[in-house]
Amino acid sequence: MIEHVNPALVDWSRAQFALTAIYHWIFVPLTLGLSFIIAMMETIYVRTGNEEWKRLTRFWMTLFGINFAIGVATGLILEFEFGTNWSNYSWFVGDIFGAPLAIEGILAFFLESTFIAVMFFGWNKVGKKFHLTSTWLVAIGANLSALWILVANAWMQNPVGMVFNPDTARNEMIDFWAVLFNPVAVDKFLHTISSGFLLASLFVLGISSWFLLKKREEWLAKRSMLIAAIFGLLSSLLVVFTGDTSARTLAKTQPVKFAAFEALYEGKQNAGLIALGVLKDSEEKLGKKKVKDFLFRIEIPGFLSVMTDGDRNSFVPGINDLVYGNADSTVFPVTEKMKRGKIARDLLNNYKAAKRQNEKETAADIKKIFHEEKFVDEIFRYFGYAFLETPEEAIPNVSIAFYSFHLMVMLGFMFILVCLIALYLVLRGTIAKNKWFLWIALISIPLAYIASESGWVLAEMGRQPWIIQDMMPVSAAVTQISTGSVMTTFILFALLFTALLIAEVSIMVKQIKTGPKH
Amino acid sequence: MTTILISYLFLQYYWWVIVSLLASLLVFLMFVQGGQSMIYSLPDTDMRKTMIVNALGRKWEFTFTTLVTFGGAFFASFPLFYATSFGGAYWVWIAILFSFIIQAVAYEYRSKPANILGKKTFDLFLFLNGALGPFLIGTAVATFFTGSQYSLNLMLSVKWATPWHGLEALINGRNLALGLAVLFLARVNGLLYIINSVDDGELLEKSVRKLLINSVSFIAFFLFFLVTLLLADGYAVNSETGKVILEKYKYLHNFLQMPLVLIIFLAGVVGILYGIAVTIFKNSIKGIWFSGAGTILAVFALFLVAGFNGTSFYPSSYHLPSSLTIHNASSSEFTLKTMMYVSFIIPFVVAYIWYAWKAINKKRITGDEMNGEEGHVY
Repeated sequence: MIEHVNPALVDWSRAQFALTAIYHWIFVPLTLGLSFIIAMMETIYVRTGNEEWKRLTRFWMTLFGINFAIGVATGLILEFEFGTNWSNYSWFVGDIFGAPLAIEGILAFFLESTFIAVMFFGWNKVGKKFHLTSTWLVAIGANLSALWILVANAWMQNPVGMVFNPDTARNEMIDFWAVLFNPVAVDKFLHTISSGFLLASLFVLGISSWFLLKKREEWLAKRSMLIAAIFGLLSSLLVVFTGDTSARTLAKTQPVKFAAFEALYEGKQNAGLIALGVLKDSEEKLGKKKVKDFLFRIEIPGFLSVMTDGDRNSFVPGINDLVYGNADSTVFPVTEKMKRGKIARDLLNNYKAAKRQNEKETAADIKKIFHEEKFVDEIFRYFGYAFLETPEEAIPNVSIAFYSFHLMVMLGFMFILVCLIALYLVLRGTIAKNKWFLWIALISIPLAYIASESGWVLAEMGRQPWIIQDMMPVSAAVTQISTGSVMTTFILFALLFTALLIAEVSIMVKQIKTGPKH
Repeated sequence: MTTILISYLFLQYYWWVIVSLLASLLVFLMFVQGGQSMIYSLPDTDMRKTMIVNALGRKWEFTFTTLVTFGGAFFASFPLFYATSFGGAYWVWIAILFSFIIQAVAYEYRSKPANILGKKTFDLFLFLNGALGPFLIGTAVATFFTGSQYSLNLMLSVKWATPWHGLEALINGRNLALGLAVLFLARVNGLLYIINSVDDGELLEKSVRKLLINSVSFIAFFLFFLVTLLLADGYAVNSETGKVILEKYKYLHNFLQMPLVLIIFLAGVVGILYGIAVTIFKNSIKGIWFSGAGTILAVFALFLVAGFNGTSFYPSSYHLPSSLTIHNASSSEFTLKTMMYVSFIIPFVVAYIWYAWKAINKKRITGDEMNGEEGHVY
């Protein structure tokens, strides 16, 4: 189906996409959450008429604007990189994947970009209520755009609502609602936006803490902290809830990723959840990959089984079970999936050959097979395994999955405490006196970014080797260009993004130091 | 009844119309880029530069969003084009992307303190995006008529026939002519927009003088492209076999066989010329509306000529059978229909854009405003 692919080309193409995605995700979560915080502040201004609230709104709006532009720029690159670097993917699933992107543009981006102009330039040009409506519409637009791109991403993690068409050699959508309400999409959307709300709340808490530490703008800082603490606390609870539901879904849809982020090699009942642990290489190997062992760990007994489907006695398959099979728990070995994948691929090749040689009857007979439910469920769903050379290729990088997951979870729970304490101290009126907490709130800003990025590292690295779970590995999806070209563009993007990030942080810091305008 | 009316064929035409509409809006909105390409030559003082940048800066998001939506709509409706062109003509698209990344931040950062790279660097970014963006997009679109060097295998994976991955389009005179025509059209529209939205006598005078030179340049390159297009062989699709063949005067035939498209095209050209003339000869500041509408109509018609009437919209000059048509490159019927329902919201989107635009632009930018309480954002 595809010609020999240079592994270096795959790695550089992945690196370029990861670079763009990581930079993009530095800016997006703040936009998602800060837009709502600003809208809440402006609502209070419009309701009370208090000019101090307007000053407060405009201060956070300035920081929002600085962050927003670079998020938009990196987002454009991501969209087009699906075509430039993953052209085989773009064709194989463009019929499904492209639709959410188009809808995102029509429904969300225009809403955001139209009313952001009113938000920034309209203070003295439109009425208060129109301006406030625009600010809310920007927040809704930003979060709507997140919905559609996350629907697209969720489909890659759990492809649903489509059928394979051998004539066009691609997957085609047959159920839009299945794609939109894909359980992974629902979890992912709620988890992602709530984590964005939380990050923005911690950003506002941290910056406000800095003002209090410097004994400046106390009125503004305390009011900002009150809003951020309430919004952050509610968001953090939603993050935990949706994180839990995401894990349950993941255990069913991407069990290897699930096992990898717990470094669980041997499946068991009553499986414990690692609360804290450090990995080390063991002597044992799975193919070329070293098995990870624990240097130390703190485990909550039975919790992983409970997390999977609410029962301590549930069997959680480990990496060994998932790769080599487990007759007791009816887990297929990857070798069997590879065999079935190759049957599907050979059938597609036979169909193409029959069409080319104008053997109409043979082609028609083969086409019928592609539409048989049994064939789809038992054979074709493993199509992507045909591209694997060894079963161990189905194992993602366990260390990265493990650490990114645990870092994200630990920080997530810490942030609940931060928001809770902030709310308590603000309501008691003692926040300015508790310098220890103000420092913790300030330090929480970079930690929030680390947690947020870790989530995406887990989601994307944890599903390797797949670009579309079980259907297409990254090696089959990549555009056939020279590795040198991708290396060059990677370096150019890295230099440019880094320069722009440094400029952004510098401007942001300067604006914060300057403080709200009088 | 509905099923009969909304056939697969209809949906493929419908989505080509939507993509063409988005392309034409994009070319119109590139007045932002056109204006940026003159930030060194048009203003003679810092204040005037600030006024120009702020006038254009209020609209950069529209252009950007239209580009993103154009990409998304093309991906969703004609994914084989997305895979073939973006994956194959890698360097052209990467160059376009680079020119747009630097634009988005340039507006926001240029006048902010501690921007590290300095105002001059961000102004250079604006200039580069302004000059390269329209030129490269125009050149890339010209390959819709002149062809590209690629082939598709049985599984429809693209293989580019030259190691230049799209840059070879830059050595074709017709491609260059359209690239330059789009650039000068963007500059013409940029000048007309500045004339309309900035209230400054000297700037207006200088803009009108520059308008003349840019209009002549636009007309020259556009005429060259148009004449060569009408006289050239085109990539026709044989209606019986579906094979792509070279047909003499194909694009001229398309105009003649689709008189409505010809009328739209001519109305567009007249609109552009009228917008220019009314500004130069009648000192009107409303030329942008005529020229803008004209741009949308002319580009829309050109896209219809590229894709309708049995024409390959993304032909392969290297391997004719690989050429893309709106039929072999499109998404499935189900996807096109689903997205068609979504597209019904477009008039509503246009309506709120219009409303917000009018609200922001009802007062022209003045030096006093830039120095006033609110100051300038960019």
